[in-house]
Amino acid sequence: MTPTAHVPRPRSHAPAFDVAKVRADFPILSELVHGKPLVYLDSANTSQKPLSVIRATDDYYRHANANIHRATHLLSERATGLYEGSRKKAAKFLNAADPHTIVLTKGTTDGINLVAQSYGRSVLKPGDEILLSWLEHHSNIVPWQLVAEQTGAAIKVVPINDLGEIDPEEYVRLLSPRTKIVAVGHVSNALGTINPIKAMIAQAHAHGAVVLVDGAQAAPHLVIDVQDLDCDFYVLSSHKMFGPTGTGVLYGRKQLLEAMPPYQGGGDMISNVTFEKTLYNQIPYKFEAGTPNIAGVAGFGAAIDYLMSLDREAALAHEDAVLEYATARVREIPGVRIIGEARHKTGVLSFLLEGAHPHDAGTVLDQQGIAVRTGQHCAQPVMDKFCIPATIRASLAIYNTREDIDALVRGLHKVREVFA
Amino acid sequence: MTELNDLYQEVILDHNRRPHNFRVIDAASAKQEGYNPLCGDRLTLYLTLDGNVIKDAAFQGSGCAISKASASLMTDAVKGKSVTEARQLFEQFHAMITSEPGTPSDDLGKLSVFAGVREFPTRIKCASLAWHTMKAAVAHPSTALRASETDAPVSTE
Repeated sequence: MTPTAHVPRPRSHAPAFDVAKVRADFPILSELVHGKPLVYLDSANTSQKPLSVIRATDDYYRHANANIHRATHLLSERATGLYEGSRKKAAKFLNAADPHTIVLTKGTTDGINLVAQSYGRSVLKPGDEILLSWLEHHSNIVPWQLVAEQTGAAIKVVPINDLGEIDPEEYVRLLSPRTKIVAVGHVSNALGTINPIKAMIAQAHAHGAVVLVDGAQAAPHLVIDVQDLDCDFYVLSSHKMFGPTGTGVLYGRKQLLEAMPPYQGGGDMISNVTFEKTLYNQIPYKFEAGTPNIAGVAGFGAAIDYLMSLDREAALAHEDAVLEYATARVREIPGVRIIGEARHKTGVLSFLLEGAHPHDAGTVLDQQGIAVRTGQHCAQPVMDKFCIPATIRASLAIYNTREDIDALVRGLHKVREVFA
Repeated sequence: MTELNDLYQEVILDHNRRPHNFRVIDAASAKQEGYNPLCGDRLTLYLTLDGNVIKDAAFQGSGCAISKASASLMTDAVKGKSVTEARQLFEQFHAMITSEPGTPSDDLGKLSVFAGVREFPTRIKCASLAWHTMKAAVAHPSTALRASETDAPVSTE
């Protein structure tokens, strides 16, 4: 764990966390899959949703469905209230000082593309460099490749070590006055590595670079403070943190957002339109063209409420204990090779089982009601680094238990039986 | 676990462990890459053509049990067949693995072990990868060798 990413967790007297109560909040966890109780170990892919989130989405359509910012009637007022309310909640969740620095997006991928095309495309010049890490998700690689191609900037990549950690010396070595943007994940989706982003941000700033943090995998686990991190951009997705799909947040430093050109044109992002000249709206509306996913944003607000109603320290201690248990139990299985053993990890156990391709293991586990992800996890460079085509990835959230892990271990023994 | 046993029949497990024709043909007249970006399955197919007849077929690569066994049995099946017959077999095989569960399909001999795949929609692409690759390889055998070095591999996506 990075000392800056969350509050310290004294293991010996960790506060109690009522996982049974949390599980009861998630209706889908009582679902049967192939006739077996669902064991959901794919939350890094997408998390399940508590009843409060499902209700908030439903309530919006039942009681508030109207367009936002556009009409004088009561329903529009309610819809706008819900939408702007979620923005304020997101600001609080990230400890952003001003809700106007919170752009509501379609999700992390949308947020990164926005920054790449709006900020990146206007500042990058031939010879400039964008610095990424070898751990990145494809969505924190490809948008930068697109803008690099458009501007003539070059992409540099910080290597990772055999544990799956960013090499800190190489990172410093690769930073230079040519580095204009550093884009790095807070937590790796493929391996669960927590990157020391606070230190990385400070080092990047010393070279005058602007830093985007991909927080998609961090948001459901860690306490995030954009002021303490001093990051320039922080992006996340609602659906990974117990909210609906199709929405998320881009936090941006106010001066940067104000100086950036619009990303997409349309309604709501303007203040005055004539065929001679259009004036753009103020931030964040300048970046929110078109009618957004209002129901999703309403649900996202409920998800933030849900997360913030929990004792985050206790929740994280619980998740860490389950991850530690999972790592130990899975490691005991003959033929297992764990991929990614970073000293600071959260939520992810990636591994291989000798003799069984991950995809086959995934099918056998699914037949037992166990949902894991198998494949490259949209992180092909990570797979290439370890010279493997794919992994089995069990990923955790607040609702997982040791019993889930016991079921996984039984399932993996069944996989071994089939492919022995 | 009945469905699971339908999918992972002994023949499939056996071909996964000891795939047939798992080698390189140095003087192949057609060479084609196949790739399933969903799971990372990747294979290279080699064909030796004598006029319109597939004299030899072999493959190399890495993938799940279904894709490896499918490549093994496909290369067995097309050897000695004409390109037209191989294409026909592709159509029959494809129909079998994508048909509604319970519906009758052509008796494809050993290839019938893949009928269980239709119960597992997420695995159809694994079973069909080698076949798509074969279809691409025979489409332009004279250019396939050159194309495979520069063009994108055939994909099941």
